[in-house]
Amino acid sequence: MVGLEHYLAVAAALFVIGIFGLFLNRKNVIILLMSIELMLLAVNINLVAFSSYLGDLVGQVFTLFVLTVAAAEAAIGLAILVSFFRNRGTIAVEDVNVMKG
Amino acid sequence: MTSTDLQAVLPELLLAVYAMIALIGAVYTGKDKLTGTLTWLTAGVMGALALWIGLANTATPGAAFGGMFLDDGYARFAKIAILIAAGAVLLAGEAVLARRGMARFEYPILVALATVGMMVMVSAGDLMLLYMGLELQSLSLYVIAAMNRDSVKSSEAGLKYFVLGALSSGLLLYGASLVYGYAGTTLFSGIIAAATDGHVGLGLLFGLVFVISALAFKVSAVPFHMWTPDVYEGAPTPVAAFFATAPKLAAMVLFARVLFDAFGAAVADWQQVLVLISLGSMFLGAVAAIAQTDFKRLMAYSSIGHMGFALMGLAAGDAYGVQAMLVYMAIYLTMNVGTFAFIMSMERDGKHVVDIRSLNQYAKAEPVKAAAMLVLLFSLAGVPPLVGFFGKLYVLNAAVQADLMWLAVAGVIASVIGAFYYLRIVYYMYFGESETTIETPMSPAAWVMLVGSATAMVLGVVNLFGVESAAAAAALILVN
Repeated sequence: MVGLEHYLAVAAALFVIGIFGLFLNRKNVIILLMSIELMLLAVNINLVAFSSYLGDLVGQVFTLFVLTVAAAEAAIGLAILVSFFRNRGTIAVEDVNVMKG
Repeated sequence: MTSTDLQAVLPELLLAVYAMIALIGAVYTGKDKLTGTLTWLTAGVMGALALWIGLANTATPGAAFGGMFLDDGYARFAKIAILIAAGAVLLAGEAVLARRGMARFEYPILVALATVGMMVMVSAGDLMLLYMGLELQSLSLYVIAAMNRDSVKSSEAGLKYFVLGALSSGLLLYGASLVYGYAGTTLFSGIIAAATDGHVGLGLLFGLVFVISALAFKVSAVPFHMWTPDVYEGAPTPVAAFFATAPKLAAMVLFARVLFDAFGAAVADWQQVLVLISLGSMFLGAVAAIAQTDFKRLMAYSSIGHMGFALMGLAAGDAYGVQAMLVYMAIYLTMNVGTFAFIMSMERDGKHVVDIRSLNQYAKAEPVKAAAMLVLLFSLAGVPPLVGFFGKLYVLNAAVQADLMWLAVAGVIASVIGAFYYLRIVYYMYFGESETTIETPMSPAAWVMLVGSATAMVLGVVNLFGVESAAAAAALILVN
């Protein structure tokens, strides 16, 4: 029987993979966007699992909001990336270094 | 029921509808030629809304949409401050953006949308509304950070802000999902009921830590501050001025809302975390800024330090602490609007410069502006008898009253270290070595912001213009 904890474990694993993708990836900014998407989808699994477990619809409503905002976020991220590429000529993560922070 | 609900969100609705009408109108007519008009119009709408919220009937405050939207005195205080700060920054930056060829009509509209997001944030009584408000604000801010499309720095700032901002949204959501799962509801009023004997369960505690991390990122507190200097340096200066003001207040107010409305029954669980990030922010802000020669990076570290002091108020964990935080943030906004109105006007041979050493002997050329900057920098450093000192006194007092004496002492030490870099700028302006060739052409609006905020720092010592009692009333509403 697959219970709540299994879903939570999968979601936690995906979330951590997303975070690691964000920090360990040195190649391509697109991979950063994919990692962010992975994190948000992990959250969605969490929300739907809790929603089903609690028998409460709010979690699924929340999921729809998250999905919509994630789409808007990806659109804005890609737009900024295009603008960055036009100026810099590359989208390698190690070249995002004009300013040292 | 529906009409009272709509009544509660009317200011947000009006501003959102205004932004959409302005966008469509500008696209079909003059586009970038309308930027000046749109900027003044947006600032006017914001000012009118602030006035309206201030004068509106406060007899029927409370929850709308089943407790999701809280239209209380606390939210109103924050909304007025946000609207005034956003309008002031728009007006101060208008001429500068036009002169440097960045006058795009989307800018005031995006600022208006970010302001709607902030107003929703401070009124949030539910995790969903909190997320939607935060994202509306953040997405608008990512875009305006990268507004100068021909500059590598600006698009890099936008990219860094976007990636790290999205990471913090992910953390916030993961925390929110855990809180939802373990409290069984997303309403703050339901979450607070899940605490027993002043503590929350392990699942809720995990959620709380994730949410605190995400909000610490939004207020740029240590250890989530890395984006701040780069974004301030890369973004166009009027945009950096906006970042340093209204969004900081909105995030801080939201922080207090979550901590007290949702987790107010478990103060002991979050107090140590806040003490730690407050301490870290104060010292990092004080020490890291010493090596900076870029005025914008310096102001970024300065804002990290100031957030540390504001968080000290929150760490006190009582109504007086929240009042101290609100007063501190109101003073911080005023000082930053004035300081940035000056920074954005700095030019040499028609090019924008931000090196603090370019201010050598500036006082000889422009005594009035130099005097205004002197007052503002002294106030930022917290030198008595200026208003900035009273802001610090407030939060230190709150910490002492909450038995956090050692934190207050650490705050005083950090503030003394931090005073060095503010005073160094004053030194350059008055006693610098070489002759200056820097010019600071200012529009009348920017001049009014600079001199007005400096005057407020002097005259405010009488009664802080009544902010004190308003903040006290707002804090009582939140904490009780």
